Formats: sequence, C-alpha cells, structure tokens
Amino acid sequence: MTENTDKKGLNRREFLLKGMQVTIGAGLGLAGVQLLRKSSVDNYVWQLDMKKCIQCGRCASSCVKTPSAVKCIHVYDMCGYCDLCGGYFRPKTKNLTTAAENQLCPTAAIERRFIEEPFFEYHINEDLCIGCGKCVAGCGSFGNGSLQLQVNPHLCDNCNQCSIARNCPTEAFKRVLNSEPYLLTGYEKNAKLIK
Amino acid sequence: MKSKYISIIILVIFLSLQIFDSYGISRFPKPEFENGHVQPPVKTSEARADILNYLDIFILIASLSLITWVILKKRSRKGVFWISVFSVAYFGFYKQGCICAVGSVQNVALALFNPGYSIPISALLFFIIPLVYTLFFGRTFCAGICPLGAIQDIVALRPVSIKSWLEKTLGIIPFIYLALAILYAATATDFIICRYDPFVGFFRLDATFMMFAIGAIFLLLGVFIARPYCRFLCPYGALLNLVSRFSRKHMTITPAECINCRLCETSCPVGAINFPTTLKDKASNEAGETRFAMHLILVPAFVLIFGFIGSLIHENMASVNPEIRLARELKNKTNYGLKNEEAVEITAFKSSGKTMGQLNTSVVEIKQQFYVGSWILGGFVGLVIGLTLVSLTVFRFRKDYTPNKATCHSCSKCMDYCPVANPKLQKHEG
Repeated sequence: MTENTDKKGLNRREFLLKGMQVTIGAGLGLAGVQLLRKSSVDNYVWQLDMKKCIQCGRCASSCVKTPSAVKCIHVYDMCGYCDLCGGYFRPKTKNLTTAAENQLCPTAAIERRFIEEPFFEYHINEDLCIGCGKCVAGCGSFGNGSLQLQVNPHLCDNCNQCSIARNCPTEAFKRVLNSEPYLLTGYEKNAKLIK
Repeated sequence: MKSKYISIIILVIFLSLQIFDSYGISRFPKPEFENGHVQPPVKTSEARADILNYLDIFILIASLSLITWVILKKRSRKGVFWISVFSVAYFGFYKQGCICAVGSVQNVALALFNPGYSIPISALLFFIIPLVYTLFFGRTFCAGICPLGAIQDIVALRPVSIKSWLEKTLGIIPFIYLALAILYAATATDFIICRYDPFVGFFRLDATFMMFAIGAIFLLLGVFIARPYCRFLCPYGALLNLVSRFSRKHMTITPAECINCRLCETSCPVGAINFPTTLKDKASNEAGETRFAMHLILVPAFVLIFGFIGSLIHENMASVNPEIRLARELKNKTNYGLKNEEAVEITAFKSSGKTMGQLNTSVVEIKQQFYVGSWILGGFVGLVIGLTLVSLTVFRFRKDYTPNKATCHSCSKCMDYCPVANPKLQKHEG
C-alpha cells in the first residue's frame, strides 16, 4: 500500500485520514460554536438560596471539605438583639446564661455579647462553625431570620458539581455570579442606608 | 473616615429618639442603642477573582503548547516529567482538581441536552482545547497536562506488560463509562465522573476514607500497571483515543529511520507500541478478508443486541435519579429506610407544595429520557465492542516500530531507548 503514494499523491488510507481530520475538526468547531452561544462569560460559584432551605443539616455532612464551606452568617441589620435568642439558646432553656448546656450550637461557635439592657449581640466564629444550620432554624422559626446559611466563596472549592447540591433535598443550591457570591436577605438595603 | 463615624453616631442618636415609633413593624425590630454601640459589618468573603479563572485557561494553553513542543520537537522525557510535576502542583494541588477536562465532558453533555443550563466558558474551553491539540499532535494532554494522568505517570516506576487480549477487553470500559457519564449528565441526574474521581481527595488532602482508599489503590496499582485510570477508566481518554487516531502529527519513537534494533520493544509502560509485521504474519492472515467481512456484518447485530439489553435495564439505571427515588419511597412508604423520623426529602416534598400528580408526570418524563438514552447507550457499547472485534481481524503491514496513535499517551519514555541519533548515547561514545 505504501508504494501507491508516489503514483496518486493520496492513497486510500491517507484520504481517509485527511477526511476524518476535517470531519472531526468541523464537528468540534460546530459543537464549540453551538455551545459557545449557550455559554456564559461570567464565572459562577455555588450558593445557597435561603428561601428554599429547610435546614436539614446536610450542608454540614455533604461538603467535600471538613468542616463544610457552608457557614452561618449573621446579618446584623436583621437582628433584634434579643436576650432570648432562638438561635443561641436551646428550646426550653431556663437560665439565659452562656453555660454550655444552654447553647444550641454544637460547637459553641456563637458568641453572645452584652450591649445594653436588654440587648445582646451575637457573633459567629467561622472557624468553629460547621454549617449545620441549627441556629438558623432556631432564629428563623422564632426570631427575625438574621442568621443565614451561606457558602463561604473563599472556602468553597467550587467543585464542578457541588456534592451538597447533590444531597440537598430542596434543590436550594444554585450557581450565582462570581462577582456577587452571596444571597443574603435584608442585607443590601441596609448597607445603602449606612453609606 | 472620622467624619463618617461621627455622622453614623449622629444618625444613630437621631434615630434612637424615634425608637418607640418603630416598634411593632417586624417581629423583633432592630434596636437603636443608647450607649452609641455601632453595629459591626456583616462578615463576607470574596470569591476567587474572575481574572484567575482566565489565567487557568491561559496556563492550560501555554502548558499544552510547551509539552507538545517538548515531546515533538525537543524529544525530552525529562521535560515531560517536569511539566507533569507542574501540572500535579497547579491543576492538582493548587486548583484542587476542578475544573478538569475529564469532568468537563459532563458539563458539555448537560449543556447540550438542557437548555436551561449555561455552561461556564472555562469548562467549555477545558473540554475543547485538549481535543483540538490531540487532533493536531496526538495525546500530549494525557502525557503531562492532565493532573490525573500526570500523577499516575510519576508513580509508574515498575510497569509490567499486560496481555494484549486483556488490554483490549479492559480498553472497552472507558467507552462504557463515557456513555454512562453522558447519560447521567444529560438527564441532570449526577456527575459520576466527578463523584468517583479517584485522585481528587488526594489533591485536596481532605476526603472521606473511601475516597482516599480508592485513590491509594489506584496509585499503588499504578506503580506496576502504568496509568490504570487513564487506560481502563478515563472517559475523556476514550474521546482522545478516537481523535488521536486521526492526528495530523504524532510523536515518533525514533527521530530518524527505524533500524529495527528492538531496543524500544519493552520500553512502553502502556503497551502502545506497534511491532513490525513480517511476511509470515501476512501469510497466517490469508483468510483475513472473509473474517473481516463476517465481523463487519456482526456489528449491527451487536448494536441492536446491546441496545436492547440497555433498554431492559433502563429503570434500574434511572432508579438513582433523586426524583424517581422520591416517588418510589413515597409509593412504597419506605421513608428512605429511616424508622424514627421522617426523611428530609419527604419533608421537603411536602413543604414544596408539589402534588403527587406533578411528581408522577416528571417521573414518567425522566423514565422516558432514560429509555431513549439507554437504547443509545447500549447501542454505542455494542458498536464499540463490535468494532474492537473487527479491529482484531485487520492486518496492517508495518516495517518499523511505531507508536499506536490511539493508545499512546505520548509520555516519551520510549525515546530514550532509541539509539538512533540519541544525544545521550553519543555523549558516551565521545
């Protein structure tokens, strides 16, 4: 077969090779253009939509990171600075003290600071927070919903498919713009007020 | 700055005069403090800057160009090794294995079949660029840019050769894996490639025990059986395998003319060297044309049989889909195997306001997708098996030792074995 090369310039095998090269090239080009029209130049990160979240606690266990990249964020603008904080105290707590048995948070990641009678400010220690959402459920059902679960975009590996999203029962995880990685409620409005 | 704080304090004091008016608006309205306490800002973090994502694409193109040059022009195994080390460090440990070309197959499949999903441009380019390079220069991406390939290449210290029948049989698995990955991605069920990526836990130094164990097994196995994941599992490798057969240029074992010295025979860790054929081989293959024709006729039969088998198990394949699972658990009242409490999926379904009817319609829809998909999947698997059998009957006359363009990973290990115009050997002679 190799002898044919000189006579015709292209033998059968070379013709097939060239033909396939052009076909694959054209196919890739077409598919590329087709997909390019559907693609977005923006970069996306995973975020949790609190409107759909039911605080099932899977954010703490499903993330590929340990501890989870999902953290509780305190939106102070929404907080009522309650003494009896549904996010801080276990239900039916008798003495409102910082004693360990009173705390709802399993890792004691919430710090309670006295501001003035009768107001207390609550701070989240992100290094301790495991993203279980217990405080979020407590605050949401009893208080203003100022404690909110959010993916920390700095900690998140931005997996191709988020393994929490796969396990989320309510499809609350979605991709949001990289430039605005948070889906906090009650935050932007008041940020403007301070400016 | 100071004036800003003063203005805030004045504002707070001013608002605190009206504190009693604002009560009763929300459940617990935000108090105004008398002692001038200033509310701290909400702690948020910045995401990875956009520019860094474009930098990844630039680094991909730059490193692919570099390794192609190193393999095809410079013919340096050492160069390939150091680029592999860089890839493991950058795409592996720094980027933590995401986004990678292997996983991007699923993003592309999802984007093609789901109009609602807009594929990130980085995923699209990570899919297309290595394919284009392979069409021109062979699988230089596999050689040392893919972090999964690179880490296996580095640990492949004592490769043993595998029997060719076993190699061919196991070589079908990547195509099955590819078809499954596309089916599950296209039906928006799961990204199985990412889920069972053996090295991502290693790159992140943070994974479940199972992930670590699987990664460790692959690496240990990889010491003796070179690149086990690349050869017998990698779905993107299956695509590159197909494209590389038609590559315009490809690395060669010898820089000049092969002298048939047989020194390279055992050099290939992945058994991708085609040996020269003799006239005796040709004589033993006399009946080849009839065999070839017979096998070619069998291919459509394989496609139909495997397509049918695929369609028979489509419900089993669909059963991992979360919506189908939910419908099954609700119907059987099995509550996801939990005894004491209601499963969160069921709680979520109840609170979502969806009716059983809506769920059933979407279940029927998904099952229909799986039915069609599994026919195509089975047919594709049958086609691959049929064509693999056909390829066994094809006899090709070869004068020299050449790399098998389909399975060669362009790792360049064979080059050092070739004595023709080898600068290393000439140094010894001089």
